[in-house]
Amino acid sequence: MDVTNFVLSGLFCALIVFWTRRFLDTQKRIPLWDKRLNLFWGLFGILVGLATAFKSELPVVLLWLCSIPTLAYTAWLLRDLQPARTLFQGLLPYVFVIVNAKIVEAVAPGFYKRHDDIFDLVSSVMTVWLAASFIFASRQKKEWARIEAERAEEAERRRLDEVRKAELEYLVAERTAQISRQKEELEQTLAELKATQDQLVQREKLASLGELTAGIAHEIQNPLNFVNNFSEVSAELVKELIDERQRGPERDEELEAELLDDLTQNLQKIAHHGHRASGIIRSMLQHSRASTGQREAVDINALADEYLKLSYHGLRAKDKTFNAKFEAITDPTVGSISIIPQDIGRVLLNLYNNAFYATQQRVKQGTPGYQPSVTVRTERVGDRVRIRVRDNGLGMPDTVRQKIFQPFFTTKPTGEGTGLGLSLSYDIITKGHNGTLTVDSQEGEGTEFTIELPNQPQS
Amino acid sequence: MNILVVDDETDVRPLFEQRFRREIRNGEFRFTFAESGEQALEYLKDLLSEAVLILSDINMPGMSGLELLRQIKSEYQAPPPPVVMMITAYGDAQSYNQAMELGADDFLTKPLDFNELKNKLKTLQ
Repeated sequence: MDVTNFVLSGLFCALIVFWTRRFLDTQKRIPLWDKRLNLFWGLFGILVGLATAFKSELPVVLLWLCSIPTLAYTAWLLRDLQPARTLFQGLLPYVFVIVNAKIVEAVAPGFYKRHDDIFDLVSSVMTVWLAASFIFASRQKKEWARIEAERAEEAERRRLDEVRKAELEYLVAERTAQISRQKEELEQTLAELKATQDQLVQREKLASLGELTAGIAHEIQNPLNFVNNFSEVSAELVKELIDERQRGPERDEELEAELLDDLTQNLQKIAHHGHRASGIIRSMLQHSRASTGQREAVDINALADEYLKLSYHGLRAKDKTFNAKFEAITDPTVGSISIIPQDIGRVLLNLYNNAFYATQQRVKQGTPGYQPSVTVRTERVGDRVRIRVRDNGLGMPDTVRQKIFQPFFTTKPTGEGTGLGLSLSYDIITKGHNGTLTVDSQEGEGTEFTIELPNQPQS
Repeated sequence: MNILVVDDETDVRPLFEQRFRREIRNGEFRFTFAESGEQALEYLKDLLSEAVLILSDINMPGMSGLELLRQIKSEYQAPPPPVVMMITAYGDAQSYNQAMELGADDFLTKPLDFNELKNKLKTLQ
C-alpha cells in the first residue's frame, strides 16, 4: 500500500476522533477522560511516523484498532445521552467485525483470502451501519440540543416567572398594606362624617327650635294675658257679689245670678287658656326633646294648626314688618292617626317656615298688590291622610325643585339655612312613617308640598 | 262713646265686657267687636258716625292692624276723625314708629293695663 494512503488513513482516523469528541462534547461532560484522549495526538504522530518510516500498514491498523474501541468506550461513558448511545450502538458491531476480520486476516490469511468477498461485504455493511448510526446520532444530537435549549429556555422562563412572581407578591403586599391603610383612613373619615352629620342634625333641630322660640313666646303670652285678666276681673266680680249680698233685703238676685254666671264662665276661660299655654309648652318640649320614636295617636288637624301659628309668629318675631294671611282648612274626618308627633311637627314647621320664607322673599321683590298667603289643608283620601302646605311665594324653577330634598342643598344665603330641613323631612315622612312627600311648584306662582301618611299604624 | 275693638282672639270680647261692666251698664261706653281688619272695615262702613274710638291689635292673620290703621286714616277723614289706638304684644320700636307714622293716636302693649286704658278713655270723653 502507498505511504500517502497510510497517512490519509491516519488523518482520517484522527479526524474521526476529533469529530467524535466534539460531537459528544467530551471536554465539558467528561473532562478527565477528555484529557486522556489528548494523548491520541501523540499516539497518532508516533504511529503515522512509524508507518511512513517502515512503509508498513501495521501502525495505521493499530491506530484504528486503538481509536475505534476508545471511541466506543467514550460513547459508553456517555450512555445516558441518547446520541452517545446511538453512536455506541453504531460503533460496537463495527469494532467487533473489523477487529475480528483483522484477526482472521492475520491468523488465517488463506481462509481470509478465500472468503474476502464475504468479509468485504460484512465490512461494507458495518461501515454503512456506522455511517447511518452517525447520521442518526447527529440528528438525535440536534434534536437533543433543541430539547436542551427548550429546557434551558423553559428553566429561564420559570426563573423569570419566579422573579416576576416575587416582584408581584411584593407589589401585592405593598398594595394590600396601602389599601388597608386607606381603609382605616376611610373608616375614620366615615366615623367623623357620621359625628358631623349627627351634629348637623342636632343643629338643624336647634335652629328650628330657635325659630320656634319667638313664636312660642308670643303664643304663650296671649293665653297667659287671658288667665291674668280673667282672674283679676273675677276677683272684682266676687267683690261685687259680696257687696251685693251685704245689701240685705234690697239685694238684686238677678244681678247675683248674672255675676255667678260670669264667674263660672271666667273660670272656664282661665282653665281653657291655662291648658292652651301648657299645650304649647308641651309641644315645645316635644320638639326639643330627642325623638322617642314612639308613635302616638295624634290629632293631625290640631298639630297642623298649632305649628302654623308657631311658624308665623316665629317669623314675625324676626321680621316685624312681615305680615301674611295664613289659614288652616281642616277636614274633621282626618281625626287622629298614629305618628311620631315631634317628628311630624318638625316636618310641618319646616314646610311652614319655607312657605313663609318664600312669600317674604316675594314681598321683598315688591310685586304690587301682592298679599302673602300660606294655607294648610288636611283631608282624608281613602285610608290615607293628606296634608298640603301651599304658599303663593316665589315658587322655584325645575332645576331647584329637583334638588330640594338633597342634603345640604339650600337657596338661602350662607349661614341662614343648613340645607338639611327638607332632606330630614323627607326621611321622616318616607322612612319614618312610610308616607310620601312631594312638591309642586310654579315659578312666580307659589309652591305646594303634599304629605301623605298611611292611616294604619306601621308595625 | 262707641268703641270698636279689633282682635283675632275671640275671648277679648267677654274680657272687655267684664272689665267695663259698670261703664257698659250705665251707658258710658258701647263696645263693638271685630275679629279681623277686614271685618273691622265692614263695621266701619255702617258704624262710622257712631264709632269714636278704635282699639286694634297689630298682629293678626290677614290684614294687619297697621294696614287697617292706614286705611282708616286715609279713607275716614270726615270730622270728627276716629281715634285709633294700636295694641301689640311686640312692644318694639319698629312697630311703634310705623304706627306713629301712620297716624296712630296711641300705642299700647299687651298685657293691657285696663286701669290705664280706662283712664285714657275717660279723658277722651
